Amino acid sequence: MTTAHAQPASLANVAAARTLSQPGTALLGTGLETRGVHAWFGKKHVLSDVTLDFAAGTVTALIGPSGCGKSTFLRTLNRMHEFIPTAAMAGEVLLDGKDIYSPGTDVTKIRLRVGMVFQKPNPFPSMTIGENVLSGLKLAQLKKENTDDLLESCLTRAGLWNEVKDRLGEHGGALSGGQQQRLCIARSLAVEPQVLLMDEPCSALDPGSTFRIEETISELAKSMTIVIVTHNMQQAARVSDYTAFFLSDGGPGEMIEAAPTSRIFSSPQDKRTEDYVTGRFG
Amino acid sequence: MKKAIPTPKKPWQPTALDKLEDLLIVLAAFGLAGASVKFTGLDGKLGFFFSLFFALLVLNFGFHYLKRGTAAAKDSLLQVLAVMAIVITLIPIVSIVATVFSKGYKGLHWGILTKDMALASVNDPIANGGLLHALAGTIIMVGGALIISFPIGVLTALYLTEIRGPLARPIKFLVQAMSGVPSIVAGLFILSSLIYPVTKQLSGLMGSLALTILMIPTIARTAEEMLHLIPNELREAGVALGGTQWRTVAGVVLPAAKSGLVTAIILGIARIIGETAPLLLVSGGGDAVNLNPTQGAMGSLPYYIWKAFLTGGTEEAFARAWGGMLVLLSFIFILFGLARYLSGRKVG
Repeated sequence: MTTAHAQPASLANVAAARTLSQPGTALLGTGLETRGVHAWFGKKHVLSDVTLDFAAGTVTALIGPSGCGKSTFLRTLNRMHEFIPTAAMAGEVLLDGKDIYSPGTDVTKIRLRVGMVFQKPNPFPSMTIGENVLSGLKLAQLKKENTDDLLESCLTRAGLWNEVKDRLGEHGGALSGGQQQRLCIARSLAVEPQVLLMDEPCSALDPGSTFRIEETISELAKSMTIVIVTHNMQQAARVSDYTAFFLSDGGPGEMIEAAPTSRIFSSPQDKRTEDYVTGRFG
Repeated sequence: MKKAIPTPKKPWQPTALDKLEDLLIVLAAFGLAGASVKFTGLDGKLGFFFSLFFALLVLNFGFHYLKRGTAAAKDSLLQVLAVMAIVITLIPIVSIVATVFSKGYKGLHWGILTKDMALASVNDPIANGGLLHALAGTIIMVGGALIISFPIGVLTALYLTEIRGPLARPIKFLVQAMSGVPSIVAGLFILSSLIYPVTKQLSGLMGSLALTILMIPTIARTAEEMLHLIPNELREAGVALGGTQWRTVAGVVLPAAKSGLVTAIILGIARIIGETAPLLLVSGGGDAVNLNPTQGAMGSLPYYIWKAFLTGGTEEAFARAWGGMLVLLSFIFILFGLARYLSGRKVG
């Protein structure tokens, strides 16, 4: 398959070397689906007609050049899009088969089930490391027994426990950038989301921290659905089961192609996808 | 074949039904408040407002509790409290403005901005005399105070935020302490340090200087806060391009803080424009137009109001005082509107 196009062998091989996660264990719910999602900022149409399924227990990478609408798309998935006053949208986002935009939906519950990790590490400055991890419980007013166990398990799953277990009372700002980002991941795990959205979580980090976060992602994918926006195609090839390519030709961003990651990097169906993943533009 | 583009929607905004529910809650609260004034011991406007707020809180909390649970009910409770806080804040403001307008218009006539009180007394018919001298005096003294205070205040702020010299801490403390100086003390200071030993006469300039003492701390403090909001990255970027500190401050930092500096000016003017006490001491209050700030008593709008209230006693005198307030208030509104308009325009 790879011979037809001049693919960089590494990316295709990296992607092929992954074992595809098997989607759809009943425990994890039926996952997240979008139906014809459009997004606007004011009059500007920034995202057009995205229909995409995220099977439970899989990692999906959203790739594409800057300004193609992939971050906007990500933010429609847990209703963070509406945080911007001029924002508008159309279409449906189904979580376990129910539209999260249907009237009467409690938006805070949606965000509890669909967590988010941001591009810049943003631990709460007034809280200690331990308080940061458990902050979601407080903010969402959840009662939990045995928060010590939860604290340890969240930090362990985020791959940070060994580094911070003796300094849980220190402030989060004292950590390095990579540690802060893993702290933010641990924080989003504490409320036990079904889906975790990650908006370029490694773009401000060094390779070592990036590697550790990618390990974390692979570990987390066993128990939740992950959607990750990334500019790093190596990363997409390394961590994701499925990849969706977004592009804007000056108009609204569109999803050009979505397929298992190994196929996107070895035999993309669309010429534009091929140009992008081979580095001919973007 | 491209699919038709659907219309943009905002499904997160309250629906018509939500709005109707809110309206019904407000109406019900009004009804309950009316009933409680009628049938219980509560009485008058105060009783009405008290029971209205209470009914609104309880109804709103109860409704959202039944509809969406405790967390949502607490959320909406906070919203109601915030709205109430706005209403409570607005009541005195609206009441003051409304009273000034309703009483002040009787003191207005066509000659008010062209005549002074040199040949009229406060008890004369309204059409005699005007407040040109007071308006001119206020403009000259406030303008003079602004011209002196603004550069000093901004330079002080720059010392505190950009230069960060060794004296920054004590100066910050002093500036803070200065903003608490009673205005009459500022007047007495000018009186005893300049007027008695040096000039030996009241004048507009002395008024400006007394107002400056009150204005500098306000401008310096506000400007300092505004400059602190400018991200350090901008300063670093400016310096990294080879700019000197002065060029970076003038070319990057101050333009970025422009609307904040306008706020500093507005707050500074607001602090002093109604001052009466220090002006009474140092600029007196002439009844004739005096455009020379270095010599002789100079009127001002607050003084004009004070004098009409205190030395008059007739209906005309009171109408004059209210008219003066209306002019002062309108003048302030126009000034602030203009400042906002100018600062809102894009730079360059």
